[in-house]
Amino acid sequence: MTEPLLDVRDVEVRYPGRGLRSKGFLALRGVSLDIREGETVGLVGESGSGKTTLGRAILGLAPVTSGSITYRGREISGLPRRQRRTLSDQIQVVFQDPYSSLNPSMTIEAILSEPLTVRGGAGREARDRIAELLDQVALPSDAGRRLPREFSGGQRQRIAIARALALEPRLIVCDEAVSALDLSNQKRILRLLTEIQEDSGVSYLFVSHDLAVVRHVSHRVAVMYRGEIVESGDGDTVTSDPEHPYTRRLLLAAPVPDPDLQARRRRERAALAARENHERTV
Amino acid sequence: MFRFALRRLISGGALLFLITTVAYALLYAGGGDIARRIMGPNATQEQVDRRAAELGLDRPLWEQYRSWLGDALTGDLGTSWFSRQPVLTEVTDRLAVTLSLVVGATVLATVLAVALGVLAAVRRGWIDRSVQVIALLGFAVPGFLIALGLVLLLAIELGWFRATGYVPLAHSPGEWLASVTLPVLALSASAVAAVAQQIRGSVIDALDRDYVRTLRSRGLGFRQVVLKHVLRNSAGPALAVLGVQFIGLLGGAVIVEQVFSIPGLGQLSVQATGNGDIPLVLGLVLVTAAIVIAVNLLIDLCQAALNPKVRLS
Amino acid sequence: MTQETAARRHAPGRGRGLPARLLANPATALSLAFLFLVTLVVFGGEPLAPRDPNHSSLHDILVGPGGDYPLGTDGAGRDVLSRLLVATRISVLAALLALAVALLLGVAGGMLAGYYGGWFDTVSTWLTSLVMSLPAIVVLLAARAVLGPSVWLSMAIFGVILSPVFFRLVYSLVSSVREELYVDAARVSGLGDARILGRHILAVVRAPIIIQAAIVTSTAIAIQSGLEFLGLGDPSVPTWGSMLNEGFANIYRAPMLLLWPAVAIALTSVALAVLANTLRDELEGGARPAGGPQTAEDGPRETAHAPVRHRPEETGTGRELLSVRGLRVGYRTPAGVREVVHGIDLSVDRGEVHGLVGESGSGKTQTAFAVMGLLSRGGRVLAGSAVFEGNDLLAGGEADRARVRGRGIGYVPQEPMSNLDPSFTIGSQLVEPLRVCLGMDRRAARARALGLLERVGIPDPERTFSAYPHQVSGGMAQRVLIAGAVSTEPALLIADEPTTALDVTVQAEVLDLLRDLQQDLDMGVLLVTHNFGVVADLCDRVSVMRSGHIVESGPTREIFRDAEHPYTQSLLDSILDGGSARGPLAPTDRKDVDR
Repeated sequence: MTEPLLDVRDVEVRYPGRGLRSKGFLALRGVSLDIREGETVGLVGESGSGKTTLGRAILGLAPVTSGSITYRGREISGLPRRQRRTLSDQIQVVFQDPYSSLNPSMTIEAILSEPLTVRGGAGREARDRIAELLDQVALPSDAGRRLPREFSGGQRQRIAIARALALEPRLIVCDEAVSALDLSNQKRILRLLTEIQEDSGVSYLFVSHDLAVVRHVSHRVAVMYRGEIVESGDGDTVTSDPEHPYTRRLLLAAPVPDPDLQARRRRERAALAARENHERTV
Repeated sequence: MFRFALRRLISGGALLFLITTVAYALLYAGGGDIARRIMGPNATQEQVDRRAAELGLDRPLWEQYRSWLGDALTGDLGTSWFSRQPVLTEVTDRLAVTLSLVVGATVLATVLAVALGVLAAVRRGWIDRSVQVIALLGFAVPGFLIALGLVLLLAIELGWFRATGYVPLAHSPGEWLASVTLPVLALSASAVAAVAQQIRGSVIDALDRDYVRTLRSRGLGFRQVVLKHVLRNSAGPALAVLGVQFIGLLGGAVIVEQVFSIPGLGQLSVQATGNGDIPLVLGLVLVTAAIVIAVNLLIDLCQAALNPKVRLS
Repeated sequence: MTQETAARRHAPGRGRGLPARLLANPATALSLAFLFLVTLVVFGGEPLAPRDPNHSSLHDILVGPGGDYPLGTDGAGRDVLSRLLVATRISVLAALLALAVALLLGVAGGMLAGYYGGWFDTVSTWLTSLVMSLPAIVVLLAARAVLGPSVWLSMAIFGVILSPVFFRLVYSLVSSVREELYVDAARVSGLGDARILGRHILAVVRAPIIIQAAIVTSTAIAIQSGLEFLGLGDPSVPTWGSMLNEGFANIYRAPMLLLWPAVAIALTSVALAVLANTLRDELEGGARPAGGPQTAEDGPRETAHAPVRHRPEETGTGRELLSVRGLRVGYRTPAGVREVVHGIDLSVDRGEVHGLVGESGSGKTQTAFAVMGLLSRGGRVLAGSAVFEGNDLLAGGEADRARVRGRGIGYVPQEPMSNLDPSFTIGSQLVEPLRVCLGMDRRAARARALGLLERVGIPDPERTFSAYPHQVSGGMAQRVLIAGAVSTEPALLIADEPTTALDVTVQAEVLDLLRDLQQDLDMGVLLVTHNFGVVADLCDRVSVMRSGHIVESGPTREIFRDAEHPYTQSLLDSILDGGSARGPLAPTDRKDVDR
């Protein structure tokens, strides 16, 4: 049995509140999760469930107040900024909003060279690498001289993916990476991510509110609810035959694009709600 | 709401205390030099020392401040070194004059600015462009230049108004109005410009809000939505600008009073400054700061009344 | 402030270079030319002065312009031209001193406080309110009383007084940029703080600082000349203000003396203000899209093929509630009218739910707005008709449309929060249309509103009635909006992505509510959505929109089973729901996530 690439153990994140007496907001209540080499772990939940916070904690952008996050056996939570920076060629990110995740005043080339300059790549080398990256995400090679606003949402997300790939990381946190995209773009970007994984063996933590998307890309799936993981396991099982009542509610709540199936699902959901109501009153 | 007001009141009081302390320290830090400046370069050192002792300037600064503060809390702001009158009387005598100018200008500015700003935002087109130009000029050209222009044109060339002087309201309301019209006009120009710009901007912003469409979708007329919902939501930012403008008006009054020879706080400040009359200068600083803090408090309360998020948090 | 992020607003404009665009505007070009002239005088004017500006000749008091004195002499017999040249140098440099001090303190402080936050916030708020609670002129007068007359000293102090302007500006920009995702991305990329401040944050604050600098310089000139005008300046240093003072003393004898300094002050201030204004338009407004909605991003433009129609015989059954024919919608842009809806036909029967499906920018929302007569600014209906209960809504005036809205047509928007007026209670927003449109009295309207809140499943109607929008959740707010839309019992409900902003579990409840209400009130519904699940759940018929055209329409089941148009097919192919799962990584070597 190989050691996981990333191991999250009993992580708690508490955001400080305003004022002295405020206890702050407990966003994660002891969450455990692991990701192996070349694996996609889907993390699904509704707004406020803490799924984004878990991603940010792994990236070092959220305050981990207890528990541990180890990457290849090395503790990485609570690292000082300087040491954290050495992880930039290991763990990377693709954010949800392809509009605010790219600086609007920087050219694509400047955006993509940013991680490269950190590593200290020379000018020519960096240019070659940028051309390679643009090719990898199927963007035209003259894209480098243009500004983000000249690209559509789907193309911007490709740029964000290219930036994440620049340093050849082993883990990419995809935070709602396709949620802002139209259906057809969504499917194309998911295919791109899968291809990259098959070529390079990178791992993904795929954070999304959409059970169908998570089911499509993930080897394993974890479901979050109110700062806790309520159910996790094999992707197919969790997303089609879940055990936890919340996951079941989540599954039945998403309308399926088939009038007859949806009518049945609606009845099942009504039955489940009635049963839960009954149990609560009894 | 009450707790909100109380909190603001306490913080205003603390601010006033801080300002007077800093002002006192800076104004009186000169010590012996102050007496020398009053007596002129020809006085002997002995005369200067005697004068310093007379004014209490020979004591340590901390002690001077403590006794001044003690007096100030009982309403005694000291005596002017030149007129030998109590500072408080000197200031309050002039206060009414300046306040009538500033309040007049504020009211005028508010009325004009709301009308121009809303008109520009709703109608756009040439009305908007004209308002923009007026606002730009009113903002850029200093008020006292406008005052000078008004004096030259309307008073000296055309003789429609008195060029200078001030008639108290109690003396003759008609003449009072004639004597304050030009100063108020000159004073309000920049405030009209700034507030109109703000109102135009926030009305345009509010008109684009989704709730405007939703309210109209329920059958409410455009005018009704603008007058009730859009204006209410634009009032907050406009009020904030008005507060800043009020402080500007208070400062502008100093110069405009000089142009029209109006015996207000401005004129008194200029005299006190020229004479180096430090107790009077300090008194003026204190009173001005108190007015500004009171106005800011009032605006905070209005903001809270307008904005449920401020009020309820 | 709009929803746009600060960064997006301050991005530089596109196309031609900034200097070229500034010069293209005549007022700005003139301002720049004048400021250039002033700069020349500041740096090269002194040697040009024909005389010593302080030399007074008692023989030549108040001499008129011409002869030895091109602009005449003042009350002390000094040459006005020489004084004006030297005064320009001193006045402008002193104003720039104030600017420099303000920039140094304000920008540095604002960057650090904005980026690192924390206690800086409290301290700086206090300091700024301390500095801003006195009119500048009063502070400067007090300083003059102690420190004596010096235009340089007073302008340095004024710089300190002005520094909060920059501080606040930079602070608010930086603290909003700090939250931007691209700053997070830079951090994850391994950039240090200094580099992030330099690369990302400075780029955002640069333009607003330049704009503010022009305004601050103009303010400094105004204050400085005001102070000197009061006669409190150093008499041996000529400035614009002291010249004004001199002129004012002789206002009856030689009004021309006022003219020169007044013109210098006014033109410089106006030129700076014009420049600031144009810069603001160019730097902040330039990045905004040209107006109107976004258009479809990818893919070729749809040409005007006739749409695929399933079962056309089922339309025109006489139960028709809304019938849209040949609707074209356009938006005014600088380059002319841009058409976003290219002549579509659409109908909704009584009691029918008609789904209008398409991707972003397909024109579906614009179609809905056009029917209600509520297009955004700049938008208008170019052609077509929308017959509702026998009347063409597009032919009549705004007054006719306003009468139909509410009573005839209700509207449920997408974003629950932004569609409630934050300044009024939820109750008053429900009551207002009831009183205005249905003429109900206060008591009856209140009772009706409470009943509606209960009907849409709000647990405590009384409390929600008197709550403000920010006090309720998004799901509750959407129920409130639905209650508002049906409060006047319209025959047609237009719902624009009514569940898109909601969580899945809340979406399911809201869909149930919409279905119940539709059946209870026998409303026709035009449901705009991009979600085929929602279509399957609610719709009887569907029209698929792309790039302003309807490409296919028909009964929902048929569209799902036998879509004919390739675009519809590709959309249905993109759906992930019901697809197969990816499966485990490797059949061997498995362990569960939570051991």
